[in-house]
Amino acid sequence: MALDPLKIRIDFPILDQMIYKRSLVYFDNAATTQKPRQVINAIDKYYLLQNSNIHRGVHYLSQMATQAYEDARVHIQHFINARLSQEIIYTRGTTESINLVASSFGKKFISKGDTILVSNLEHHSNIVPWQFVCEEKGAVLKVIPINDEGEILLDAYTEMLDEKVKIVAVTHVSNALGTIVPVKEMIRLAHLKNIPVLIDGAQSVAHFQVDVQDLDADFFCFSGHKMYGPMGIGVLYGKEHWLEDLPPYQGGGEMIKDVTFEKTTYNDLPFKFEAGTPNVCDALGLDAALTYMQNLGLSEIYGYEEELLHFATARLLEIEGLKIIGTSPQKAGVISFLPDGIHPYDLGTILDKLGFALRTGNHCAQPLMHRLGIQGTLRASFAFYNTKEEINRLAEGIITAKRMFD
Amino acid sequence: MAIIDIEQTIIEEFSHFEDWLDRYNYLIEMGKDLPKIDERFRTDQYLIAGCQSRVWLQADFADGKIIFTADSDAVITKGIVTLLIRVLSNQRPDDVLHANLGFVDTIGLREHLSPTRSNGLNSMIKQMKLFALAFKTKEQSSK
Ligand SMILES: Cc1ncc(COP(=O)(O)O)c(C=O)c1O
Repeated sequence: MALDPLKIRIDFPILDQMIYKRSLVYFDNAATTQKPRQVINAIDKYYLLQNSNIHRGVHYLSQMATQAYEDARVHIQHFINARLSQEIIYTRGTTESINLVASSFGKKFISKGDTILVSNLEHHSNIVPWQFVCEEKGAVLKVIPINDEGEILLDAYTEMLDEKVKIVAVTHVSNALGTIVPVKEMIRLAHLKNIPVLIDGAQSVAHFQVDVQDLDADFFCFSGHKMYGPMGIGVLYGKEHWLEDLPPYQGGGEMIKDVTFEKTTYNDLPFKFEAGTPNVCDALGLDAALTYMQNLGLSEIYGYEEELLHFATARLLEIEGLKIIGTSPQKAGVISFLPDGIHPYDLGTILDKLGFALRTGNHCAQPLMHRLGIQGTLRASFAFYNTKEEINRLAEGIITAKRMFD
Repeated sequence: MAIIDIEQTIIEEFSHFEDWLDRYNYLIEMGKDLPKIDERFRTDQYLIAGCQSRVWLQADFADGKIIFTADSDAVITKGIVTLLIRVLSNQRPDDVLHANLGFVDTIGLREHLSPTRSNGLNSMIKQMKLFALAFKTKEQSSK
């Protein structure tokens, strides 16, 4: 069944407000999505009725909270089709998930002279943690090149996969351009050389069905807040054997079995990677967000958002001098553009005053901007509550703004 | 005119605008009129860090007063720079150093510019005050 954005919007009260006396158009979904009432209610309910520390008490509330928290983990497992629930590690978000892998994997498997591959599309969160490892271990970070359309060059990538490469870390969908990266093929190519692959899924999970077993990803990272869930909760999926092999990331409560001052033995998965009191509330919020998306249907979401993206591309291209940055035919959720003859910050500032929430700048992907020879772009990113009417308004807004600078 | 009086004039100018768009139209018009900075100064040495658009700032000192010139690649930023120059150029180093520039808040620029651009505004003001400090020190040591 086709989605009805107007009906959906009733669940997102935040969208119905005036900004500078104009109705808000929220096109910054790649930065963070809004949360439906169902998610907000789950958070409310947790602190009103369920709050308790988990895995510790024998008392009723603690058991109920523990159960809900572990049920949410199973839900996430099924959502991305992981083989086992202990392959789902709760984190604060994509950034922490990547840091965890970089740190623990680096400690055990990276040595001097090794290579780590990232792509030219990456968000800083999938660059900097690997730079830390390289600095510490004397390893080398190499960059998989892209073409001017914003697509990864698979031939160059294949050639880069030599015996020195210890891990590949690549994004599933570019946050700055929207390019969908053929990660399944990239994983297949890496596995031919027994090289593991980490996928930054921050921008994919909200837009289409992800199946980590089908992709055969070794690690897959994402954030709850970019998929209609709360901020402060995210996920690291890792294949069981990798997670078993990696040393723990942080030490503390929950992640241990036995502690003496001489030696500590670590707890089983997933708890080995979950030191300290976890963010139970937001795990339950994420659980509600997944339910919300599943009720709409993931293929319906993808279909509708693709329609929006095509519509927006056509509408923006009608504007004289406007250039779309990132022109791969395979894109999801994001349209990046530059006006002709106006500084992007000038246009962004006026669009803000016209009620549009857009992102202006380098989108935490400075190396990508350098590669494209630009300082930044304006980015509109879509969610299923956006409408074609809002896109029409954007096109008109850009034309109004352009006139102000003539 | 004293700094505080120029600030007052600007506050009055902006009080006529009801809509944000009109304020920005005014800034844009001012930005377009900003005299071009000498090409020599459009270099990294004169670039102010912390702005999302590029801003170049240069200062001269004559007859005990500072003359600022500036430029930016974004027109709205140029408009904001123009305001700062109107207030702080042709003033004595001590007056520049002690200016509290309350007009920025009063006309709503600080709260209504994005945080990053507002940081840029702070960086501009800081850089202007640094120039003032440098000229003051120079003036004192030559006495
Ligand atoms: C592709 C990509 N990776 C990583 C991140 C970082 O996500 P978070 O800030 O939720 O940790 C983002 C968020 O902007 C992103 O778009």
